[in-house]
Amino acid sequence: MAERRFEIARIPGFATIAVATFVMLYLPIAALVTFSFNEGNSVAVWSGFSLHWYEKAWANQAVKDATVRSLTIAVCAALISTTVATLAAMGTTRRAKFRGETFIYVAINQPLMVPEIVTAVALMILFGMVKQATGYQGLGYLILAHSAFCIPFAYLPIRARLEGMDLSLETAAGDLYATPWQTFRHVTLPLLGPGILAGAMLAFVISLDDVIITEFVKSGGQDTLPTYMLGQLRRTMTPEVNAISTALLGLTVVLLTAFFLLTRKRD
Amino acid sequence: MTEAVTIEARHAVKAFGQGEHVVRALDDVSIQIRKGEFFTLLGPSGCGKTTLLRLIAGFEMPTSGTILLDGADITDLPPNRRPVNTVFQSYALFPHLTVAENIGFGLTMQGRPKAEVKARVAEMLALVKLEAMAGRKVSQLSGGQQQRVALARALAPQPKVLLLDEPLSALDLKLRKEMQVELKRLQTETGITFIFVTHDQEEALTMSDRIGVMSAGKLQQVGSPRDIYTRPVNRFVASFIGETNFLPATVVSGGVRLSTGDVVAVETAAQGAVTLAVRPEQVRIVAAEESGAIVATVRMLVYFGTDTHCHLALADGTEVVARVQSPASGEAGIEEGSTVGIRFASGAAQVLED
Amino acid sequence: MSSAAEERLRRQSARNGWLLSMPALALLAVAAIGPLAIIVIYSFLTPGQYGNVVWEFSWDGWVSILFTRDIFDGTLGLADAHLTIFWRSVKLSILTTLVAFGLGFPTAWFIATRPAQQRAMWLFLITIPFWTNLLIRTFAIMEVIRAEGVLNTALMWSGIIERPLAIIYTDVAVLIGMAYVYLPLMVLPLFAAIDRFDMRLLEAGYDLYASRWQVLRRVILPIVKPGIVAGSILVFVPSLGAYVTPRVLGGGKNMMIGNFIELQFLAGRNWPLGAALSVTLLVIVTAALLVYVRAANRGSNPHG
Repeated sequence: MAERRFEIARIPGFATIAVATFVMLYLPIAALVTFSFNEGNSVAVWSGFSLHWYEKAWANQAVKDATVRSLTIAVCAALISTTVATLAAMGTTRRAKFRGETFIYVAINQPLMVPEIVTAVALMILFGMVKQATGYQGLGYLILAHSAFCIPFAYLPIRARLEGMDLSLETAAGDLYATPWQTFRHVTLPLLGPGILAGAMLAFVISLDDVIITEFVKSGGQDTLPTYMLGQLRRTMTPEVNAISTALLGLTVVLLTAFFLLTRKRD
Repeated sequence: MTEAVTIEARHAVKAFGQGEHVVRALDDVSIQIRKGEFFTLLGPSGCGKTTLLRLIAGFEMPTSGTILLDGADITDLPPNRRPVNTVFQSYALFPHLTVAENIGFGLTMQGRPKAEVKARVAEMLALVKLEAMAGRKVSQLSGGQQQRVALARALAPQPKVLLLDEPLSALDLKLRKEMQVELKRLQTETGITFIFVTHDQEEALTMSDRIGVMSAGKLQQVGSPRDIYTRPVNRFVASFIGETNFLPATVVSGGVRLSTGDVVAVETAAQGAVTLAVRPEQVRIVAAEESGAIVATVRMLVYFGTDTHCHLALADGTEVVARVQSPASGEAGIEEGSTVGIRFASGAAQVLED
Repeated sequence: MSSAAEERLRRQSARNGWLLSMPALALLAVAAIGPLAIIVIYSFLTPGQYGNVVWEFSWDGWVSILFTRDIFDGTLGLADAHLTIFWRSVKLSILTTLVAFGLGFPTAWFIATRPAQQRAMWLFLITIPFWTNLLIRTFAIMEVIRAEGVLNTALMWSGIIERPLAIIYTDVAVLIGMAYVYLPLMVLPLFAAIDRFDMRLLEAGYDLYASRWQVLRRVILPIVKPGIVAGSILVFVPSLGAYVTPRVLGGGKNMMIGNFIELQFLAGRNWPLGAALSVTLLVIVTAALLVYVRAANRGSNPHG
């Protein structure tokens, strides 16, 4: 169907710039992934395929510890932030507007607005005092900090799901003799499930990726994968960092794909 | 009449908004609905009929007034403790449950034994003829089938009253006609009191035992379909249900005098200026010379198939529409521009005080 | 006017709203919002000799943002080094915004004019980098632009240049890096605005003799302006507060405000100055975000 027509929405050059932008966006990531499989220790000259750097990273006790630490923090932060975000989303949607609702909304989204370096410095001071006063140096501080800044990321998809949910379903449940708790248990929660899962996955990804707050809050020897990689920069770059990056990247892409499928499923 | 009253609203008022923006969705409505009847709340959108339904269901609380069920005050009872079920306009079927689970939801919530729930669900599926669909998700059903599930779900717990909020509005014309018959059958078979909300006058006239006509938050008239149609109490009811000629008139001894000077014999207790309401089909066209006929000129004839509408002008220009049966073949004996006489069928003209 | 029962229900609903939000608010108060108060307090204290603070009131933190005290006669002079860092931060943030707009607008337009079933795929391609670790993306761009990186290797191999281009550890490197990592933040709001744009207006424009360029300038840009403001601020705000990208790509020297703040808390040992800088950054960012909220609200009714 090679119809000749005036392409109304075409602006000369735009498609070219757009395609070039996509290439520029993915080329560095492609290079990073490619050279993680490089045989030699260059991240620019290809000398053959090998899983050498993955093995090396895996054999590195520091990397293993950082991985376990990153995952521990991310799982805890995702669980905590998703739980409180679910409650908050239920509190701030689908009820008559009440005094302070806007305040709650702004407060919950505050971590999205404050530059991370400012929060990082503030937490360093506060937790520094607490560390000195209590002597406790554990992962609790990182879990607490991560849980807090993950809240908006968990809250937004759950809220979106709640707002999209037909309020008459819960009305119907009430009409059919369900108590408020039964309504929540048998109607709201099952319908909200995908939203909660999506929120938890976003929170997990965000926690896993955090650099700045972790860098300032961690006690000695508490490197996570990102802070470990940042520390490695002082030495010469080797494909080992590429290998760790690629692994992290793969995990993120898998989770994000799942997230999109979950949120799109809804009609 | 001493029939038992199931639902009663006493001076129910529901106001929305605050300060200067208060809207009285329901303005002092009192109504009694009898056991086992098919009662329809009829009115244009925004007249308060759905609000009244929601007060009965317990989704809203009245600003003042009381709601009684079998004589007991249920005004403050939450919906899950009222033996009243609703068929929602949007159906509100649970998308995560199967057809059978939807129908059994109310019984399960009441904590009935599993065996009883199962038996009752099977019974309901048979009642709405959806036995084959028990295991389907509701999203796999057609609009008409979803409608039946919504009905079965609301009937399953055997409520004392079933509330139906414009349940047929989402269906196409053919399906709507089928469901009208179906609803009537279900009501007769179950003997449950139905309160049906609609803005469709034809639906109301064909299905109901009694109709309550509402407008601007007030109940205008309650009566049988025949009462409402033939004896509308005011101009709103007369114009909302069917078509009506409204003729300005003055009460004189023995009837009312129209603006043309003609006197129409009707019985009325009213005084002074009134409106005479006559349905178009009750306007008879006769020879202009016939004694007692009101002289009119035929302005326009509009052909409607079985009927023809004659737009007439009285001597002073007042317009009257008469609906006459179209003659078997060719032209009616009436032509545009001709002078004719009109008469109102005996007892058909209604005097309305404005 | 409402009955006692209605009033009771309304109160109960509001109370439940607060109760349900309470755990989240408590967590945020302890580990996100509350600590910001500490920063404000610290900006008015006296620096300790080995970092930290002495609990004595002082304006020094705020004064030393712009001025430096002469070691010999104690007079105040403008702190040139600080001004350089502020200027670099603002300049790089503005340039980053411009570059991101230059690339992002055609990209957003391209995505919005794809057939509906392709659009989700293109958007997904923009979203993936958006959620990908910022550090990893910074590494990726670093490997491309550094001396023995992909770009230089390719250019030298093809004979275009003889010696590697010295991009890494310059302002240009930071600019490239920030434009790269923040580009999705420009594309997404622009896409949202263009997606709402009624393409029939283009027909009207061409019908009334406008050229493609005139249609772009006189019809498209004015209507999608709220999206442009939103995207620009979403890029400008994190650029101004950037820490990771300038640290990795700027080397130690080409600092921005974020790195300068860190310096005060670590090597510089002037916590009140660091705190005052943080408060300043917070105020600027909040002001920019208020502009954003207004633009976004206007964006939700595009022709209003």
